[in-house]
Amino acid sequence: MFGSLTNFEGGLFDDFRRMHKELDHAFGYMNWPTAIRSVARGSFPPINVGATPEQVDVYLFAAGLDPKTLDISIQQNLLTIAGTRQITTQDQVVYYRNERFSGEFRRVISLPDDVDSNKVDAKYRDGILHITIRRQEASQPRRIEIK
Amino acid sequence: MSQQTSNATNPQAKSKALNPWEHDDLALRPPVNIFEDTNGIILESDIPGVSRENLTIQVDKGRLLVEGKTHIDIPQNLEPLYADIRSNRYQFSFALSNELDTGKIQANLKDGVLELRIPKRVELQPRKIEVQVS
Repeated sequence: MFGSLTNFEGGLFDDFRRMHKELDHAFGYMNWPTAIRSVARGSFPPINVGATPEQVDVYLFAAGLDPKTLDISIQQNLLTIAGTRQITTQDQVVYYRNERFSGEFRRVISLPDDVDSNKVDAKYRDGILHITIRRQEASQPRRIEIK
Repeated sequence: MSQQTSNATNPQAKSKALNPWEHDDLALRPPVNIFEDTNGIILESDIPGVSRENLTIQVDKGRLLVEGKTHIDIPQNLEPLYADIRSNRYQFSFALSNELDTGKIQANLKDGVLELRIPKRVELQPRKIEVQVS
């Protein structure tokens, strides 16, 4: 008898949802293989990864963390960042929105194969954790002189 | 060669094409917590990468507008591999009701977390009335 509050059946949103499903079906969305360690979009913290010939840069958009509580480890080419962001909710108040992540998190990032796990550098500034991993010397581009 | 010329005429073109998180045409709506106690409304938001200089908070005709631009040190020749964050701008806006005192908003930014305290007008804050015993 009672439908979901957000599910406007038969309305405009339902049409969009149906169109979305049809497109997914047409393009075979469900059959696309994704990386085995990938996580759903919207996981905390959001991550950006970029690379240069010399290094790999990982940015974690993790506001309000205590850097001391972070656990960053690297094994082969797997970088793991684990930590906790506990947001203390207050009693005796009325919450209208509660969108900020609270709790434990762990993210694992597959890095390119040629990173040097001994040369890792991490900085925390303005809520962004920036991890730099140098690539192995041997794999960096070298200019070869013609004699 | 043609690529070099186009980059020279439009220096933004290269960085935009290379860095999806350098886009500024679409602002992100950051996560917010909003709650109310007896003194007013408290708003907390995660805006990592925004420093105090790049944050603007405006109140215009009862509309609160918060805008922040991230400043991240990115190596010049960075090639993006993966991006959850595809913009360098955060923005959110809320309509404030009349009982809130927009002239007395307090803002605090620490480690990418913005906290706004919007107090209620003094005359509208709850008062305890002492019962006089004669």
